[in-house]
Amino acid sequence: MNLKAATRLSLFWLMAPLLVWLIGLIILPHADMLAISLRERVAVRTYEFSFANYGEFFNEPLYWRTFARTAIMSTVATALTLLISFPVSYYIAKMLRGRLKAFLFLLCLVPFWVSELVRTFGWMILLRESGVFSNLLQWLGMADGPVEMLYNDATIMVGLVYTSMLFMVVPLVTTLDSLEDAQVEAGYDLGGNAFSVLRTIIIPHAMPGIVSGCIVVFMLTLGNYLTPVLLGGKDNLWFTAQIYTQFITRFNWEQGAAFGFLLLGLSSLIVWSGLKLSRQTLTETMG
Amino acid sequence: MSDSAETYDLECRNLVRRYGKFTAVDNVSFGVPQGDFFSILGPSGCGKTTILRMMAGFDNPTAGDILIKEQSVLNVPPNKRPVNMVFQHLALFPMMSVAENIAYGLVRKGLPKHQIAEKVKSALGRIDLPTSGDKSINQLSGGQKQRVAIARCLVLEPAALLLDEPLGALDLKLREHMKVELKKMQDQFETTFVYITHDQSEALVMSNHVAVMNAGRFEQIGTPQELYYHPDTAFVAGFVGDSNRWHGKVERVDKDGVKVVSSDGVELLATPAGDTPLKEGVEVDIFVRPESVVLAEDADRISGMENRIDGELVSILFNGANSRALIRDRATGGELDVALPQTGEFSTLNRGQQVYLGWGMTQAKAFAATGDDNGRAV
Repeated sequence: MNLKAATRLSLFWLMAPLLVWLIGLIILPHADMLAISLRERVAVRTYEFSFANYGEFFNEPLYWRTFARTAIMSTVATALTLLISFPVSYYIAKMLRGRLKAFLFLLCLVPFWVSELVRTFGWMILLRESGVFSNLLQWLGMADGPVEMLYNDATIMVGLVYTSMLFMVVPLVTTLDSLEDAQVEAGYDLGGNAFSVLRTIIIPHAMPGIVSGCIVVFMLTLGNYLTPVLLGGKDNLWFTAQIYTQFITRFNWEQGAAFGFLLLGLSSLIVWSGLKLSRQTLTETMG
Repeated sequence: MSDSAETYDLECRNLVRRYGKFTAVDNVSFGVPQGDFFSILGPSGCGKTTILRMMAGFDNPTAGDILIKEQSVLNVPPNKRPVNMVFQHLALFPMMSVAENIAYGLVRKGLPKHQIAEKVKSALGRIDLPTSGDKSINQLSGGQKQRVAIARCLVLEPAALLLDEPLGALDLKLREHMKVELKKMQDQFETTFVYITHDQSEALVMSNHVAVMNAGRFEQIGTPQELYYHPDTAFVAGFVGDSNRWHGKVERVDKDGVKVVSSDGVELLATPAGDTPLKEGVEVDIFVRPESVVLAEDADRISGMENRIDGELVSILFNGANSRALIRDRATGGELDVALPQTGEFSTLNRGQQVYLGWGMTQAKAFAATGDDNGRAV
């Protein structure tokens, strides 16, 4: 066996676990889902190739409106998460030193040691009619009767931003950490003020972190199921809930699979146009 | 240089900066006249960067005053002070082109576009990078980056340019070249430069005036020649240039000089220097420059000199024009650094060979010992 063949063989064995995982758990199920989504039941156990499931999405306003609502809510949640995380990250990365810095960073992580389900129930305990806030407001005399704070869009937004914070803070802290203090000082020294230094030096430097954080948060929010369903209640429409309904409640796997692929395609399209708008490339932000 | 009628571009009066109990800058006063190249030279941690940052406005003095063009700037934020700073690692903005970097300050001032373009173009010309305006910062070499960082400040026509060891990151050859370049740029832009460094050769080569700083205080302010030939303190004598040193006790004081017995038993004649008058029994440090010592192969040549030593050659440290000989004193075993004459007459010296050293009394300077380690050259 010559050296080249040996190298190839060892590369193959090194790659093998990854390939098994990729093909077995990602590519095969997705291929099967794609096949399912592209067929239509014409009679019992008789299927025909058709785009009808995809057509359904565009013909039935409920579906595409649910998707549009999900996409818009996710975009707003991403923007809010960025707005809240940026000052927090800047404070952690640039203003603090040593142990306090590590401690605050850890504080951002701590909530994620608890499962998302438990955290969301935590919010429900706080916000429900007989919950902590409601009782507090009554006790303070600011409300006459029990206040229901669950089951509306604002609550969903709070839950989504809370769940997403970490995924924005981590890339932001990492990129802001690499910003030399001297760069900011040079900006001031050459006559810049707080706003122009932020706009021309800090944000351009942090751009890769901002973009990768936004992509991760957007995708997570768009694909989130627990938070919108638990905090938004039954009447709240979220696209992943629609997919769940098709698969589990209506047992319409064809429609569910088609929705799944539409979610994948449309969200990729949104991310792609976001990258185009901010003139960033995926390799640049992820690399 | 301290002529009180003279007006200064930049002046510090009784500047003090304390961090908790630690005093980083201890009652420092100096003035920099218009167009001067002023250096602050000191070992790392002596407080020189703190002074520079206070002048730029990034740090506030605990006490004292800073004046730029005779106006106190204590309450002026850094972006409003008419001084600009060249940072140690330059801090050029990597997301902007060369031209955008130079234009940065002009844009912040709100100058009209055509005027900015004109000034940037002329600045690029003056730093010999006329066609590099569109390049990104990463395409420039170390020396070019240096020039852009300086041009970026000088287009703003500051009252003074503050430089924080900007040559530290360059390799030796480029550093030598940039010394000359910096001096030329200063002439060209006619701006006052305040330069801080721990490298004595940078300070000596470029400056009109140098302040030697140690442990938060200024030891001496003077021209490079004054510092080298007439150091006021033992620290300056030890820090600026190389010296052979002896520690000893004064045995006799007369009108020409002092007779000192060193701790290893050598008798030396030296000239008193520094502020503290020397008395019998006082501990002193004696400094002799390597180039003041005359090296001879026979004893007659140095017979007229006050200080003479028999020695043997330990090794020759060949370094072109700066070659040295390391000589061991036969009597005490102490080692001396001696500059070799550039005529090459001692190039055939052998290891262990007998040599004779001599130097005049005026070449040996005796300072009262202060007890601390008097700044062995870094």
